Amino acid sequence: MSATTLRTGTGAILPGRGGVGGALSDAFWRNPKLLLFVMLTPPLLWLGIIYLGSLFALLIQSFFSIDEFSGLVVREFTLKTYGELLRPSNLDIIVRTVTMAGLVTIASAIIAFPIAYFAARYAKGRWKAVFYLGVMLPLWSSYLVKVYAWKLILAKEGILSWIFDKLHLTFLIDAWLTLPVVGGNSLSLSLTGTFLVFVYVWLPFMILPVQAALERVPGNLLEASADLGASPRQTFVNVLLPLALPGIIAGSIFTFSLTLGDYIIPQIIGTSHRFIGMAVYAHQGTAGNIPLAAAFTVVPVVIMGIYLWLAKRAGAFNAL
Amino acid sequence: MPYAVSFQQVSRHFGSVRAVDAVDLEIEAGEFFAMLGPSGSGKTTCLRLIAGFEQPTSGHIEIFGETAEGVPPYRRNVNTVFQDYALFPHLNVADNVAYGLMIRGVGKAERTREAEAALEMVKLPGYGARKPGQLSGGQRQRVALARALVNKPKVLLLDEPLGALDLKLREQMQEELKVLQKALGITFVFVTHDQGEALSMADRIAVFNEGRIMQTGTPEEIYRRPKTRFVADFVGSSNVLSPQLTERLAGVAEWSSLRPEDIRLGSEGGHEASVTGTSFLGSATRLSLDVTGEKISVLLPSGARVPEQGESVRFSWDTSALHLMGPQA
Repeated sequence: MSATTLRTGTGAILPGRGGVGGALSDAFWRNPKLLLFVMLTPPLLWLGIIYLGSLFALLIQSFFSIDEFSGLVVREFTLKTYGELLRPSNLDIIVRTVTMAGLVTIASAIIAFPIAYFAARYAKGRWKAVFYLGVMLPLWSSYLVKVYAWKLILAKEGILSWIFDKLHLTFLIDAWLTLPVVGGNSLSLSLTGTFLVFVYVWLPFMILPVQAALERVPGNLLEASADLGASPRQTFVNVLLPLALPGIIAGSIFTFSLTLGDYIIPQIIGTSHRFIGMAVYAHQGTAGNIPLAAAFTVVPVVIMGIYLWLAKRAGAFNAL
Repeated sequence: MPYAVSFQQVSRHFGSVRAVDAVDLEIEAGEFFAMLGPSGSGKTTCLRLIAGFEQPTSGHIEIFGETAEGVPPYRRNVNTVFQDYALFPHLNVADNVAYGLMIRGVGKAERTREAEAALEMVKLPGYGARKPGQLSGGQRQRVALARALVNKPKVLLLDEPLGALDLKLREQMQEELKVLQKALGITFVFVTHDQGEALSMADRIAVFNEGRIMQTGTPEEIYRRPKTRFVADFVGSSNVLSPQLTERLAGVAEWSSLRPEDIRLGSEGGHEASVTGTSFLGSATRLSLDVTGEKISVLLPSGARVPEQGESVRFSWDTSALHLMGPQA
């Protein structure tokens, strides 16, 4: 038999599927990189041009300034806008927002951990479904509806003060509201109210990554820790927390950055003191000061960058 | 001298499942004790009862004469080598080994020294800076051993520690564990489903089945004089002969066991059987014989002539090789 004879039809090799689909399947199988290219190009274009591009445009805008007489943007590179950002009134906004974001993140982490721990270690089958439903359900309804619902809960004649009244504990609310900074006319008109609503709205974004991280911690690591003499508290500090940390960091990225950028919650619930989001909204809208709005927007980006860098240096991602 | 571990009528039920059922057990101080049984036989639950990860549903457990019920694992001077090692992935090898010392508040310098000494003992000196993820299975196993032994436990529990290793490494570790145990004098309690491992390593063996101990004894006793059909079959895959067959072959109507390696083939005398299958094992050849409808295995030493399938052969054995187990084994 000559070497060039092609034997076919023995059934060992199946014929091609034919058509465009068949040809494509064969081509992709021979060139896996082609498939990768085809799949990745659209999202990379989206991410690269539309997302990163607009972020870059924003960064450039923040180096422009506004002409105070004409109100027009002067397209010359200057640090004048950043100088304006550091004025006490603007710095005040930044400090307030970052403090709020930090407190919201810490509170979310503290509330989320036990819930996530229960879901990861104990909930099985139906209870797991109940957990996911319970955490996700609030995300399905409109954010505005939830915020306005909270306004009613926290209002002077609202549900919360009614409950405290029935329990004869109204004096507690009153005492809290007389405190500086966190106080106000009513809970819905105080930074305390803003804080409560932020924690409520962003909590699912903390619970889910923490739960995912805890789910990956094998149960026998906790047993091994106890076996080696560690009390439950020591096991928590030395094993559970370090292994859950990547999840907590992931969750805190959500809660922290969402709080940094939000402009609706503090507008509906809270004081007249502004947050970064509100400042951006005001400057790019009514005031028409796009450069200052852009400079305000750069602040959360920089803060998140520093935060992640510190977290990495502290070894938060070592367990990944 | 109290027993290292003693169980008095200990049961552990999970709902309707009796994982451990009225077990009595005495482990001597300083012995190498193996718990042998198929999966689900209750041997691992017994180990977890000693470690404190499980609490008995009923019964009484003592560790070196002290009551163990209701005592959490972290208050027991007992350490475990887990089946899949359970090394902490976020800590390096040295910190893994020193974990128990760190928990007890031992200073950093002493901790480091003891951890390195423990690593040397398991032949991994200088591996302290690596992460568990960078080690092979055998190395992880050694780290897990060092992590447990560095605490100088009264009892060391080993839960199928060699199960994930390949054959050569397993045989090497079996020897090393044995040497280590004799040198340290610590009581080892070893759980395994591998009868060869139990026979070669243990001073005494408890054979488990369905939550109960079938027989306790030295490897020799368990192997030579099994008390029940289960033990005979599980330890060394002995031939279990029915009372009818035993009566025909030896004149006694009792259950009996006959080791495959104790059977000889010959052309004269003995009993007749037909060959139904052969399989080559390397050091020997396993022959399946049909004796009036019952199957008997024979191990032929290498070099002996292997009969063809379907061939008629005659077989015999030394009288002492047939072990009678009573009419109701």
